[in-house]
Amino acid sequence: MIDTLFGNLAIFILSLLVGVEVISKIPSTLHTPMMSAANAIHGVVIAGAIVIASVASSPAAYVLTFIAAVLAAANVFGGYVVTDRMLQMFTRPHPAPTAAPAPPATGEEVAS
Amino acid sequence: MSMFEFLVGTFYLGAATLFVVGLHKMRAPSTARQGNLISAGGMAIAVLTTIVFALVDFGGNVIGWGALVFGAAVGASYGVIRARTVKMTAIPQLVSVFNAVGGGAAAAVAFADFVANLSRASLDLTVSIPIVLDVLIGSITFSGSLIAAGKLQGIISGKPLTFPGARVLNVIVALIAVGAGVLLLIMPPNLLILLVIMVASLVFGVLMVLPIGGADAPVIVSLLNAFTGLAVAMAGFAIDNQALIIAGALVGAAGTILTLQMAKAMNRSVGAIILGGFGTGDTATAGGAAAADLTNVRELTADDVAIQLAYAQHVIIAPGYGLAAAQAQHEVAELAKLLTDHGIDVKYAIHPVAGRMPGHMNVLLAEANVPYEQMLQLDEANAAFGNCDVALIVGANDVCNPDARKPGNAVSGMPILDVDHAKSVVVLKRSMRPGYAGITNPLFTDPKTGMFFADAKKGLADITTAVKEYVTA
Repeated sequence: MIDTLFGNLAIFILSLLVGVEVISKIPSTLHTPMMSAANAIHGVVIAGAIVIASVASSPAAYVLTFIAAVLAAANVFGGYVVTDRMLQMFTRPHPAPTAAPAPPATGEEVAS
Repeated sequence: MSMFEFLVGTFYLGAATLFVVGLHKMRAPSTARQGNLISAGGMAIAVLTTIVFALVDFGGNVIGWGALVFGAAVGASYGVIRARTVKMTAIPQLVSVFNAVGGGAAAAVAFADFVANLSRASLDLTVSIPIVLDVLIGSITFSGSLIAAGKLQGIISGKPLTFPGARVLNVIVALIAVGAGVLLLIMPPNLLILLVIMVASLVFGVLMVLPIGGADAPVIVSLLNAFTGLAVAMAGFAIDNQALIIAGALVGAAGTILTLQMAKAMNRSVGAIILGGFGTGDTATAGGAAAADLTNVRELTADDVAIQLAYAQHVIIAPGYGLAAAQAQHEVAELAKLLTDHGIDVKYAIHPVAGRMPGHMNVLLAEANVPYEQMLQLDEANAAFGNCDVALIVGANDVCNPDARKPGNAVSGMPILDVDHAKSVVVLKRSMRPGYAGITNPLFTDPKTGMFFADAKKGLADITTAVKEYVTA
């Protein structure tokens, strides 16, 4: 048990350091999408929901599984889609000189 | 370790690698979208691997898997619909909501893991400690992020909400949560104690965020983002899942860095943010200096501004919170395009905390089709102001207050845009009302500065109309 803990702790600390290294190189221009992207990544907690679903055997566990699944799925799907929606605007080429300013964007233009 | 466990671990490492590569690609706007897709690929691998692992190792029953699939369908639909319909000005509150559900999910996972182990006489500390921490942090994040989202959305008053004894109640609730946590570690598994931890943490999350002003909510969103990362990592410790640990640590690092940078850009210490709550909010400072005298102020009309812009060569626009609040990103982009088409060089100088969260202004401008090459970060912008004929400030104040270079005032040492280095300055603002720091801005009374008092949206539209007169004539 203690071996597992040490291994996991080492992974945790090293991942923190990698995170600091990678994130501090991201320009402030992209901080909002980056925060949203990091948000989507913690949606990996859905893996935890899957594990508890497979060991569930009581009504309380089923309810908790359901709650965890709703919350985690909203996190992971919503997080990636909204990040993609933001970033595709950054990569969009400059519009033709004749184009009028676009009206406030709605969801239709999202291709994800 | 069996061959199967080795394979599962390998796939988790692969997923984690894709998360890191994905974040790495967010270093440049041109590769950022690809980075997000790579990260999503890592997520798909993590999820599929976990499904196979859970089926083989635990099996499970139809009700458990049914609850998972049904719940995931509900959650995914909600998430995708919100993500596709949200207005770009409302991004900060949506990020906060997604943060809340992530924290809630992490708490629910730890809770379920605890329930599954209830029949045992005692729990190993390597399992019970992460469970306690996860329920604690996850619950705080859940309630705190929802309150922060409510403040950003305006459902909950943006004013700092506080009441007599709030601080004391806060401490009591925190003590209950921690005390129950310790109790859970030394007693045989007891569901009631975990429920006490959860409820106390939920209350603590609410109490922590309520006293914070709406303008400060983004800092707390960023901080809670780091919390969620830690909660997810704790969930990983509890169920011995490396994908959760790595991803949680990455997010924890991201949230922490952003919180630190934001605190620096707002001239606050993180310690004061966490411990003290924010005593002041966007309304608290309005009274004192609001009646600033207009004697030394040179007031301009839309026409005056238009003449300056039409005959300039280099124009820098410094957009601030006022532009985001007025949702005037399309108007400013239209003006900039008109000038650019007329051969005038136009750039945007973007302070790290312009808008409603770090980098939010860039998203708003990108939405209005502004190419990202025109958006200058603080250092690039400050190098360009010396060569700038007209600097147009739209709805910004403290972030361009030259007093920041002097010691002894509320903005001392804060990184600012050197707008005063421009040959001429135009400030588009609704009134002389001081900004968040609550102090006067000497830039507004500088002889080379002209003030154009108007709402950002209407003011920009008027300037655009006036500029058209000059560039077509």
